[in-house]
Amino acid sequence: MIKENRIVLKNLGLIDPERIDDYISAGGYESFKKALRMEPDEIIDEIIESGLRGRGGAGFSTGLKERFTSEACLACENRYIICNADEGEPGTFKDRIIMENDPHMYLEGMMIAALAIQATRGYIYIRGEYYRSIERTQKALEDMRSRNILGDNILGTGMSFDIEIKRGAGSYLCGEELTLIESLEGKRGYPRIKPPFPAEKGLWGFPTLMNNVESFACIPPIISNGSMWYSSLGTKTSPGTKIFTISGPVRKPGFYEVELGVTLRGLIFDLAGGMVEGKKFKAAVLGGAAGTFVDESLLDEPLGFDEMKEKGATLGSGAIIVMDETMSIWEMLNSILRFFEHESCGKCIPCRIGSKHLLKLMQEVKNSKNGKGLLTGNLVAQAEIMARTSLCPLGQSHILPIRSAVQYFPEVK
Amino acid sequence: MDIHKIMSGYTPGMENILNILHDLQDAHPMNYLPEHTLREVARYLNTTLSSVYGVIGYYTMLSTKPRARHIIRVCQSPVCHLMGTNTVVEALRKHLGVGLNEPTPDGLFWVELSECTGTCEVAPAIMIDREIYGDLSENAIGNIISMIREKSGKVKKEAGH
Ligand SMILES: Cc1cc2nc3c(=O)[nH]c(=O)nc-3n(C[C@H](O)[C@H](O)[C@H](O)COP(=O)(O)O)c2cc1C
Ligand code: SF4
Ligand code: FES
Repeated sequence: MIKENRIVLKNLGLIDPERIDDYISAGGYESFKKALRMEPDEIIDEIIESGLRGRGGAGFSTGLKERFTSEACLACENRYIICNADEGEPGTFKDRIIMENDPHMYLEGMMIAALAIQATRGYIYIRGEYYRSIERTQKALEDMRSRNILGDNILGTGMSFDIEIKRGAGSYLCGEELTLIESLEGKRGYPRIKPPFPAEKGLWGFPTLMNNVESFACIPPIISNGSMWYSSLGTKTSPGTKIFTISGPVRKPGFYEVELGVTLRGLIFDLAGGMVEGKKFKAAVLGGAAGTFVDESLLDEPLGFDEMKEKGATLGSGAIIVMDETMSIWEMLNSILRFFEHESCGKCIPCRIGSKHLLKLMQEVKNSKNGKGLLTGNLVAQAEIMARTSLCPLGQSHILPIRSAVQYFPEVK
Repeated sequence: MDIHKIMSGYTPGMENILNILHDLQDAHPMNYLPEHTLREVARYLNTTLSSVYGVIGYYTMLSTKPRARHIIRVCQSPVCHLMGTNTVVEALRKHLGVGLNEPTPDGLFWVELSECTGTCEVAPAIMIDREIYGDLSENAIGNIISMIREKSGKVKKEAGH
């Protein structure tokens, strides 16, 4: 029987998210005060040593990203920090849970990261549909200003720094870091060519650190308790806890914060209460649309970034979409590909044409009586071409669900 | 609605365009952005009308066509799709008498499809204006619609007095 280990969500349900006093009474902003007494490089070292990896999906070292950003263009007069709160990956809602229930947690993490890279200004890009997250964050920022944790001469240290909210307006692609920056600058959400990465040339061409809400929310506990403590949680290469969001026909769908390295079986059958009455587990999609199908054979593998990659699967954003035996793999895959087709921005040809073509191939797969193997082979081959030739990571995502679906469910049924 | 009052809450830079457009759209009783408003936005941001339209055209939450008092967004992304988006659309059609992307004759409701609204734990889910309604059945949808109808009837009456 596995248990939750709430670190990021430690205050959930225990404090009023609209009262900064509650947060402070629970030890809030102590980490930030501690960080104010540290050298920026010391903060970064601590985060690198903790082993924290980005919770937005890619799993890149959070500390290293801070180091790159802090060392880029030393002559630049601006250095930005952006919180990616666009959360558009189907099956994912962990950032909403953080923002609605304990907004100061991720804001404190963002403040510490701002200190570490000596940021001059911060932005939070929140998807437009998240009204409550926007309101709670807005209130939290106002309260921080009134407590002099934000604004001019913060806590008498001479540091001046402020954070603004920018609302997204309905685009999955705008969660991609460089597209988000374009959108934040007030443009249509077309991706930029990488490199340069945001650390080097981000918002308005200045060095920019971008992290996910959950990544920032991991930082205060790391600074309070130390990197040794944090890296002792989870697995060797994926330390710490992660919030998983479980949806589909399980008894208790919802969010669960557990140490990395737990199994899918533990999450689905212990925490989420197993399948609803009379239904049998068939598959799960891990990581959302830009994720991978797995079958029963992966139920007992430890969930970690590298552990999953070895099995051809992905942890992604922490979404776990459960399917029972009455649900069709074809239907799920087709829905995912329809989603991608809808969200393709059309800037590059492989993805603009390819995402439509894949849907056509899916119809052929559906209609075929025999020779399905040839068709699914073609589906994989086409998605591989897209992955190699598309301009941005969206066009490189189709292959993930397609390859894994065909691998685990050759009949795509 | 005072367009200028809303815009003056933001400095006149392009980085504020989405925040401004959201506020203006939310303030309009038909949930859209009319051309005369957009002309003012272009002037305020010192840009062209066509570039304002260009930005709006990209984002699914923004509309240049009149919609209705209440916007119902039905999630069609994978989790909801498998848990019953079609049932939801049909139930809405039954209770409202309209399909997708058209207002009800009384101008109260407008139904459109949307992608994942981050509430998959209660799939199939819909959003009505700022609120989420989940674990939907046909009955539940009927109740939600009558509740909102009743509420806006009351508001109208009070306003009439
Ligand atoms: C199509 C697409 C959508 C994405 N959406 C999000 C998102 O909603 N939130 C997020 O944090 N990262 C998203 N990402 C990942 C970001 O590009 C980036 O890797 C992340 O914000 C970095 O933060 P982290 O290092 O803390 O994970 C998306 C990537 C792609 C390709
Ligand atoms: S891969 Fe798709 S989303 Fe990315 S730039 Fe090309 S068309 Fe746009
Ligand atoms: S898939 Fe419908 S709310 Fe997420």
